[in-house]
Order: sequence, then C-alpha cells, then structure tokens
Amino acid sequence: MNSIVPDSSFTARSIAENVQSGEWSAVEVLEGYLSQITQHESEINAFNTVLEEEARATARETDKDIAAGKTLGPLAGVPVALKDNLCTNGIRTTAGSRILENWKPPYDATVVQRLSAAGATVIGKTNMDEFAMGSSTENSAFGPTRNPHDLSCVPGGSSGGSAAAVAAGFAPISIGSDTGGSIRQPASLCGVVGVKPTYGSVSRFGLLAFASSLDQIGPFANTVRDAAIVHEVIGGHDPKDSTSISEPFPSFLDDLERGVEGLKVGIISELMGGIDGISPEVIQKTREAASVLSENGALIEEVSIPASLYCLSAYYLIAPAEASSNLSRYDGVRYGLRVSGETLAEMNINTRTEGFGDEVKRRIMLGTYALSAGYFDAYYGKALKVRRLLAENFDEVYSKYDVLLSPTSPCTAFKLGERTADPMTMYVNDVCTIPSNLVGHPAISVPFGSGNDGMPIGVQVLAPPMQEALMYRVASTLESAEK
Amino acid sequence: MTEPISEKEVSHVAHLARLRLSHEELQLFTKQLGAVLEHAKDVEALQLDGVEPMSHPLPMENVTRKDEVHKMLDRDEILDQAPVTEDGRFQVPQILGEQP
Amino acid sequence: MTNNGLKDDWELIVGLEVHVELGTRTKLFCGCVNQFGDEPNTNVCPVCLGLPGSLPVVNEKAVTYAMQIGRALNCSVNRSVFARKNYFYPDMPKDYQISQYDQPTNTDGYLELPSGVKIGIERAHIEEDTGKTVHVGSSGRISGSDYSLVDYNRAGVPLIEIVSNPEIRTIEQAKEYVEELRGILLALKVSDAKMEEGSIRVDANVSVRKAGEDELRTRCEIKNVNSLRSLGRAIEYEAKRHIDLYENGESPSQETRHWDEGDGRTRPGRSKEDAEDYRYFQEPDLVPLNPNSQMIEIIDEELPSFPSERRKQLAALTEMEIIEVALIVERGHDDFASATIHAGATPQTVIKYLTNNLSDGFGELSPTAFAALIQMEEQAELTSTQAKKILGKLVEQGGTPKEIADQSGLKAIDTDELENLVDQLIASHPEEWKRFCGGEKKVQGFFVGEIMKSTRGQADGKVINQILNERTTN
Ligand SMILES: [Mg+2]
Ligand SMILES: [Zn+2]
Repeated sequence: MNSIVPDSSFTARSIAENVQSGEWSAVEVLEGYLSQITQHESEINAFNTVLEEEARATARETDKDIAAGKTLGPLAGVPVALKDNLCTNGIRTTAGSRILENWKPPYDATVVQRLSAAGATVIGKTNMDEFAMGSSTENSAFGPTRNPHDLSCVPGGSSGGSAAAVAAGFAPISIGSDTGGSIRQPASLCGVVGVKPTYGSVSRFGLLAFASSLDQIGPFANTVRDAAIVHEVIGGHDPKDSTSISEPFPSFLDDLERGVEGLKVGIISELMGGIDGISPEVIQKTREAASVLSENGALIEEVSIPASLYCLSAYYLIAPAEASSNLSRYDGVRYGLRVSGETLAEMNINTRTEGFGDEVKRRIMLGTYALSAGYFDAYYGKALKVRRLLAENFDEVYSKYDVLLSPTSPCTAFKLGERTADPMTMYVNDVCTIPSNLVGHPAISVPFGSGNDGMPIGVQVLAPPMQEALMYRVASTLESAEK
Repeated sequence: MTEPISEKEVSHVAHLARLRLSHEELQLFTKQLGAVLEHAKDVEALQLDGVEPMSHPLPMENVTRKDEVHKMLDRDEILDQAPVTEDGRFQVPQILGEQP
Repeated sequence: MTNNGLKDDWELIVGLEVHVELGTRTKLFCGCVNQFGDEPNTNVCPVCLGLPGSLPVVNEKAVTYAMQIGRALNCSVNRSVFARKNYFYPDMPKDYQISQYDQPTNTDGYLELPSGVKIGIERAHIEEDTGKTVHVGSSGRISGSDYSLVDYNRAGVPLIEIVSNPEIRTIEQAKEYVEELRGILLALKVSDAKMEEGSIRVDANVSVRKAGEDELRTRCEIKNVNSLRSLGRAIEYEAKRHIDLYENGESPSQETRHWDEGDGRTRPGRSKEDAEDYRYFQEPDLVPLNPNSQMIEIIDEELPSFPSERRKQLAALTEMEIIEVALIVERGHDDFASATIHAGATPQTVIKYLTNNLSDGFGELSPTAFAALIQMEEQAELTSTQAKKILGKLVEQGGTPKEIADQSGLKAIDTDELENLVDQLIASHPEEWKRFCGGEKKVQGFFVGEIMKSTRGQADGKVINQILNERTTN
C-alpha cells in the first residue's frame, strides 16, 4: 500500500493543506504514520490502544468528503493521538489504570468531538501515568513508555505517551492533559512543543478528572503553529463545562510571527537557581533563550514570584485532595473492575485495592488526610491561601511584564526506574510547571537545544490568563532561533 | 520530633478511602506520606491569617443551564458496562449499615 | 394536655430537617427527566451516573425555586457555593454528594405556625438526591438482605434541605411545621410535596432536657419517617428512650437512628467505627451562585400569598380567630370564602358552611349563588334543612338558589300560617299541651313532629319552637 513516511517537516498544517487540495489522500497520510507505529511502537509503548481500523475508516470518509468537494476543517486528514484519559465513544478509555482496563465510555469528550469536526483522524489512545499521577509514565498499569530519543530514559509524564507519539513520528499532533506540568514536562523531555491553556479555555467535559481545579487539556506538536492550530480547534466555550470561559479568545495565529520587539519579559528568579534542584545546564539554556528574545527587541528583567517557593507543597495537598474525591467513584458498582467481596464494603475495598496502583493509592490517602477532620485547616486550607498569595504575586508581576520565562523541567530525561523509589524525588520534577496550574494561567514549553547527555531541553513561556496569543508569539520567536 | 503521620492515621485514612494495606505497605506508605507532609511543613508554618483561600482559578459566578430535557442513555448500553446487573438495576453485595 | 406523653419535668426539643424534591422538568445537574415511577435506569446520562469525565451544570430553574423557597421562609438569600460531601454509598454515583456546606443559598429565616409560633429556619440549601436501592432477600430490609439493586433515576434530582432551629417543643408543633411547610411549597408550585411518595422527607433531631435547663443535651437524628403519624410516634419514642437513659444514669450517644414503623422503635444506623468524616470541600466543577438584588426583588414580587398571610386576611375579614379559619386556608378555600362574603353573605355562616358542608369542594356552586342562599336562609325564606338540600343541588348542577327553590317547591312556611297551625294543634291536643306547659320537654318533639308532618317538612323547626314557647308564657 502507498504510504507517505512522516518526517519532522510534516506538520499538521501542511498535511491538512495537502489533503484538502487533494494532493495527498488522508489514507496515504495515515498509512505513513501507522507504518511508523508498526516499526517502533514495540520499543516505545506510546499507545494503550492503536485504532488502526477505526482510523482507516475515518480517513476513507475524509477522502470521500474531499472528493465530493467538501471543505473540511483545519485538521483535514491529520492523525491525532489522544491521551487515554479522554472519553471516546465505544472505545476503551483506561486512564492507564487496571480499574478501567476494559471500560468503554458511551460518549465522546468535547475535545474529541471538536477534533473530529475539524477533520482529524484519531489514531490511538496514548499511555499515561495512572490517572495522570506521575512525571515519568512509569505509573501506567500497562507498562512504561520510553523516550524516543533514548529508550533507556523516561518520556516524562503524565502525558508521556502523547509526547513520545509526536516525538517518534507516530502522529503529527497529540492531546494531553496538564494538572501540574503533565503536558509541558514530557514535551520538554521529548523535544516537542506542549501547551497548557488558560484554565477554562478548553472544555474538560469527557476528561477523566485528576484534580478538577487544576486540570487542563492541551496539544502537543512539532511546531508552535501546529500547537496553536490544535488549541484553536479544541478551545472555546462549552456549555457542558461550568468552568468554561464564555468570552471569545483572540486568534492565536494572526500575530504569530510578529516578533517580540518592545515586549517586557520577566525571568522568574526563584526558578533560575533560587530553588534547589534545577540543573545548571537547564538554567543556562533558559538564559540563552532570554538572550534570543533580547536580541529580537524584548526587554528582559529578573522578577520574583516569592510564593513559588511554597507551590510544590501547596500543589501536593490540593491536587491529592481533589483527586481523593474524584476517584471515589471507582467502586466496582457501575463500570470498570469489580473484585468480589462478601459485603459491599469488602467489594469496594477489594476492587480499589487491586484496581489502583501505588502512586494513586498514595495520593488518595494523602488527599483524604489533608481533607479530614482536624487536618483541613492546617493543610488544605493553608494550601488554598498559598494559592491566593501566588495569584497576587503573578498579578503584580504582570502589571509590569507581558510574559514570563523559566525552565520547564529541572532536568533532562532521566533513566527508567531512577526515581521510582522515593516519591519526593519524582514530585520535584513539577516545580517549574506547577505555578501556572495553581493560578490557571497558560504556559508553553518550547524545545530549546539539548543537554550534555544529548537529550532535549525545553524552556517555558508563561502568560497572563487568556493571553495565549502573546504566549504563542514569544514561543514562535524562540522556535525560529532554535532551528 | 514527632512523625508527621502515624501508622494508625494512615490506616484510618486507608479505611476512609476504601483501601486495604498490607503490613509492609502500611510501613512504607507511612514513611512516604510522612516525607511529603514533612515537606508541606513549610506551608503549615506560614502565617496566612487574613488571606482569602482560593479554591478556584477563575472568578466566575452564576453559570447555569436551562431546565430542558436532553438525550438520555440507552439502558442496555450502560448496564453492559456494569460488573453485575439484575432486573435493569446495578447489583451490589449485602450492605451492612444504613446510608449515613 | 399531657406533656407530649413525657414525664412532667422533661422538656422535648426537636429540630427538623426537611428534604424537598423540586418539581423541575430535569435534574439538578443534567438534562435527564425528573420523573417518579419510570423503568429503572432509563432517566440517566453520564452526569447523573457519575461516569468518568462527566461534569455537572446547574439547572437555573432549581436555583430560582430554591431562592423562592428561601424568600417564602423569610430567609436572606446569599452568595452560595457548592461543596462535596464525601462518603461511599452505592446509591450515590460519584461517591460524593454535591450539596452546600458553609455557604448555603438561604439562611436565617422562620416559619410561622397557625398558632402564631415562629420556628427559626437555620438554612435552606440546594443538593442532589441519591438513587434508590432495593434490598433483595428474605426480609426485604437492609439488614438480613442477601444483596441490593440500585436504580439511578432519582440520582441528581434537585432537593432543597430545610433545616429548622431546635425550637419545636411539642409533637403537635412538629406536625404543624411540616403541614405548614407543605402549604408554602404547594402555593409556590415548586414541589408536589407528597410525603408518601417521598417528595418530602423529614428527619427529626430529637433531644430532651430538664425543664429550666438552658443547654441542649445530646441529640439523635431520626431518619426514615414516612408520614406525619410516624413522625409523631418516632419523636415520642426517641424522647422516651433518652429520658429512660438519663433516669438510669446513662446518656444517649449522638448518632443517626432509623425509625422502624413495624416495630415502632428507632435503631442505630451504622457502627461507631464508621464515624462520619465527610471531608467537605468546595466543588471545583461548579462556580458560586451570586444572585443580585434585582433577581431577589423579582422573586419577592412574584411570591404568592402564603397560608400564614391568608389566615390573617381571612380572620380579619370574618372577624374570627385565626385558629377558626385555619382549616379553610389549609383546604385552599379561602378565596371562595372571601368572594362569598363580598357577595353579601354573613362571614360566620360562610365559614360554618365551608367547614361542615363543603369540605370536598364546590362543584358548580358560585360565590354569588352561595351568598344568595345564605341570605334566603337568614331571611327565613328557607329552613336550614331546605338550604342544605339546595346547596347540594347547587354544587351538583349550578344555577341560583331561587330557581332551585321554585322548581322543587322548597319554601319555608311563613310565620302567620305556622302560628295558625300551632294553635290548631294545641286546641286538638289539650292533654299533651298541659304536659308541655308542665315542663315535660319530650312532648316538644311531638308538636314539632306533627307540624313537620302536616307541612311536609317545609316548616322551620326553630320557628315552631319559638311559637310554642310564646304560647306557654301567654
Ligand atoms: Mg443533606
Ligand atoms: Zn442525567
């Protein structure tokens, strides 16, 4: 069968243009990616489910529509890989958990509907840390995903499968979810672009919740423009999500190449050595990125976000607290795994004990503890106050600066198994990405060179809420310099 | 110095969360949760009187929908996903104790 | 009256928590039909089944109803926040209930009973209902059942939980409180308010204390009370249980207990190790409700008049006591009473007829016909027996009392004619007359009966008696 072997010059944008014009067929494009999957998936394990036949059927439909003269959306014929915590009607959705191993939702997530409406072809469901809890994709019930740049390394997490899928050429774009850095950190480790949108800009309807006040769905792509295109497709108001922003966003694409002349960019000093554990080469790369912006006419200054010192602690109270409640519904009654027991309580306990992995159990217990009588004020209550301080810090800085710059991940991809023994060493991976989740602001990770180990390094651009257009503009400038 | 969380507390929390821990797991989780809570002591120690808690990133209010009927699910489809059903209902083992 | 059946030195303290199912078309957080009695698990969707990934969106009608109830109960309507109440139970699809906790929609109101007593309302908040569990096995009850089956049609139905202060002091007041609340809900048209179908569910917080004590003692929450009668029985049982414990030197422990109608007793709900820790926190999937003053003004303007107000109005119009007209208001017959009074009828007579003769409704009877009938009777054109006969026909077929009286030849015999008849009867029965004059009351029946016989019931018994009495004194 004819196929077009994908390479990194293949963008979602070029595919959609060529498919729409009839230059390429959607089936040919799909076969190219499928053969890439066939060749390398066994080493990488990016997918929990590859939807070969379903995707072929969709691609054939796309080609039929094009032949019939229809104008399809901005993702016509573009294969997309979905994180396995996004509901797909009739298609297994596991969240990387044994407890949902065979669950088939009776509905599509809003983002899935929007991707389909834009002409995209869903190629598979990607591997992830169980219920998005992790930073390495080692906490999946279905085995770890490996980093395409070095198979002995992790891809980051929790959206490691989606990041690896794009990095390995399994799909030109993919979708992840980001609660404390779960898109940006694996994007950084896999050398791709990853975006956490403004909280409320992409509907969470159909996203299996981890921590509802922090979760946002966002894109992975090879280019900033592709990420912006996908963001525009999946974003926008959704009446099914009460936390969805109803005001329209300005176009992310119009000013993408306008440059950074005259912009004021702050570098977050706490994340540039102020907090321990961020590697010097990552800090160095971030400084180089700042220089690029400066050379392009931006004003660069160090700024302070004092509350960022407490973000890790606040996050590891708030996220588990919400998670402990969100994950109560996996009780063996209505769907998913049931491990039988004499009584209801025994059945609940057997099911949850066998169905959940250790990291999920740890966070459920941590969150239950933080919310329980006698500890609420000391832990959860205080964490919510830190969140307020952090928001005030950002407001103040954004009254003087347009965007902020920081590392994405404190280090390059680490080895599989290296950090699984001690949860705290894993948690510190999120230190640079957590602040944006706590306050609901958008942030992007853009590949920016590599470390001494040859592994990719990403830098993070943070922007005020709903200022994605500005964020993409700055990211685009960094991307051009890197190439 | 006192441990941030005791084995007894972890065991209580596991019960609240409907989880069972082996003796080894109880020891390990107590140590690991202790380490996280130890780290969280920086927050516990902060003087935050008068700071308004922030539960949610968006200052939104009054999001509602109209009282209109939407499409409902097909019963067979949902029961098909259930572990055990009987008579169009979801079956659960014997319940000890009334609803709280 | 006895002290609620309690020993004299003990005082009963009751607070009620009433759950009201709202009569919206759809559920609280999804567009599934809110309907009682459908096939199990047919009115469900990802949201009310708590499927992974689903999200709640608040029904605006439920919010309006909640605020109407709040205003009707004289509450202040506040900015409110939804919270999650976490506990595992299979009829709760998410294993948490979306409710309101520290920031409920309505707070600090009161409900006025017909007796004039005001019972404080602590709060009236919005929450979702659970599904329904049936227990399969020999007993049909939860204890001793082999397994249970769950239907989620009711899961997510909007509820308002109305919590009173512990200010109810008698079983009678507790029943009145529920009756009064029903009247308000029906007037608002926000619920069908049927206790038997479970659209009103009452939990009673019961404690007792020695007369004169200020502090409240330990209370128990009694659930599973399905009628006003069982409410009274359950409160009485529980209060006596507390008193017995205290008098034996023990005390009750604070717990939830379930009323067993068959055995006529309460039992503890669950074991102590399962002590409740609901881990409430703000529901992150929803945003706060914050009604502006304009919304509340509109609600206030559109409120119907409530039983307490209507009782006062009717009492003023009739110049009767509130308690004498309460039944008419409870039956919703007060508008009809007013219209009849305004058409010229004597208020007390109207109330008397409505209370005794028209409890089942008015049929074809119009207020003007009713007023005309009362006037005819009062002007002695009709005897009271005739008037009642005509009233029955008016209810059945409508028309005016005049028409019916003419058609059926119903007319009270006038007094002159009656006097003649009485005099003739006295003359022809001198023996009986002597006994009557001698004070033998039972012969009175003979005279009245004879006159009634000869007039075929067209005479007014009262008038006959009057004439007889006049004749003795002459
Ligand atoms: Mg309640
Ligand atoms: Zn529903």
